[in-house]
Amino acid sequence: MSFQDILFYIFSAILVASALGVITVRNPVNSALLLVLAFVTCAGLWLLLEAEFLAIALVLVYVGAVMVLFLFVVMMLDINLDRLREGFWKWFPFGAAVALIMVAEMSMVLMGKYFGLEEMPAPKSQDTDYSNTRELGRLIYTEYVYAFELAAVLLLVAMVAAIALTLRHREDKKSPNPSKQVKVRKEDRLRIIAMSAEKKE
Amino acid sequence: MLCSAKLSWKNCDGDGWSVLMENIQQYFVEIFGTEWGSMLFSLATNMTFIFAIVIPLLLGVAYLTFAERKIIAYMQIRVGPNRVTFFGIPWLRGWGQPIADAVKAIMKEIVIPTGANKLLFLLAPVLTIMPALAAWAVIPFSPELVLADINAGLLYILAMTSMGIYGIIIAGWASNSKYAFLGAMRSAAQVVSYELAMGFALVCVLMMSQSLNLGDIVNGQQGGSFLNWYLIPLFPMFLVYLISGVAETNRAPFDVAEGESEIVAGFHVDYSGMAFTVFFLAEYSNMILVATLTSIMFLGGWLPPVDMAPFNLIPGIVWLLFKIAFILFFFLWFRATFPRYRYDQIMRLGWKIFIPITLVWIVLLGSIMQLPESIRNTFPLNVWF
Repeated sequence: MSFQDILFYIFSAILVASALGVITVRNPVNSALLLVLAFVTCAGLWLLLEAEFLAIALVLVYVGAVMVLFLFVVMMLDINLDRLREGFWKWFPFGAAVALIMVAEMSMVLMGKYFGLEEMPAPKSQDTDYSNTRELGRLIYTEYVYAFELAAVLLLVAMVAAIALTLRHREDKKSPNPSKQVKVRKEDRLRIIAMSAEKKE
Repeated sequence: MLCSAKLSWKNCDGDGWSVLMENIQQYFVEIFGTEWGSMLFSLATNMTFIFAIVIPLLLGVAYLTFAERKIIAYMQIRVGPNRVTFFGIPWLRGWGQPIADAVKAIMKEIVIPTGANKLLFLLAPVLTIMPALAAWAVIPFSPELVLADINAGLLYILAMTSMGIYGIIIAGWASNSKYAFLGAMRSAAQVVSYELAMGFALVCVLMMSQSLNLGDIVNGQQGGSFLNWYLIPLFPMFLVYLISGVAETNRAPFDVAEGESEIVAGFHVDYSGMAFTVFFLAEYSNMILVATLTSIMFLGGWLPPVDMAPFNLIPGIVWLLFKIAFILFFFLWFRATFPRYRYDQIMRLGWKIFIPITLVWIVLLGSIMQLPESIRNTFPLNVWF
């Protein structure tokens, strides 16, 4: 067994364990942190496949941004676990059926003729000056430009919708306007009046 | 990328060194077999390099705190630390202060508050310092001196610095304290907002250099003098990056995460002893990291300002250290002079000023890059290409 195989098994074991932890741990914050661990180990596995751009992008986007916001929200929620677990056994058969269908579908795709070792041999290692960031960029902007732009527009629409749904103009808010403050002049605020000096009797 | 990670011995040229290294490798191979031997040999060399980076870094952190206290003191017409010295030497007064502080921190008890999540409470400082140190792996100190010369160096740096926030959030949550939690919330929102502007500023750098490798980015700024540094064509991006860097490290004037006048000490209010010191180390090593990245990406890294006789005789690493110190001085200067931003002003600066500026600059730079050479050459003062 080579060093890389051992790394693979270590990463896989941590990944499976943390992924199981995500759905079994009682505390939602712990479960979000286990999901972070799962992402990081997954990035490690992708590095072993020499997909360094995808691995780093996974850490950058999911660990660095998405999960931070996720954690942010989960920490502020006051989740009553007992109430969440109330209907567990009632819905268990339904959930189990969905899970079974998903497992069956995934195994049909992954174990079938499309992803066998004959169809999909292990990627051959590239030279040191091969940059898969550059290759990805080239493909995205030439061959798959239509799909890429479609995805970008979808994201834009989602972003505009999210802002439009949550944006509200409050009439009662009190905030100073910096440009008004800067433009203010002495005459606007200060009135000098002539007063006759008063003497103490 | 993994296979391109290489250690360079070229800086230690002279056959003696390489022969020595080969002999050591042979020795490893003889003991552990071919594959494991070379694997363990590279592990050992990597560990040596890591220590060679981390130990000077931590010393730098210690003396950065001293420099900060001294510089801010002089700016405020005080003297600053001037007591602790080594072996009673009078002209070293004050220089023993960081060591004394470290010893004090190690001796103190780590108090774990009641109701705190003990595991996460102790894990948080570790999670803060881990990315702060790991990011140093790809920093090139001179043309040959780099631990991991990877193709996606810039992305790696972005990924690592974006992970630093977890320690702060977890610390705030696990402390079971309202002040700590408020600090963590503020910090999370702030860091996520400024990361975008920071990333976009770096996109401009990589458009100029056409590479994600930090060594190539410095080499792209070669050309005889400081006029070729990316500071000149990307000046607005330099400002955006520097200010976002200050915000990203939660330093004054963006230190609402600590906000001692409002929320005591923010996310680390319940930490004491070494656990607190680790947060402190992480903050200062992040500062040094941001200063290093700024000097590599905008100030030409190890390149001398003018490629002429007195300047280019000084080794590159000295120039790099000088530039880092220069940027770090700005951090201290900001802290001594600016009042803390209000929270909504921080958000306004990040989202409504920096992100539009960087987006416009990316489009502008892209359009200049796409112009035909003949039109580009007619620009007066063409600093871009």
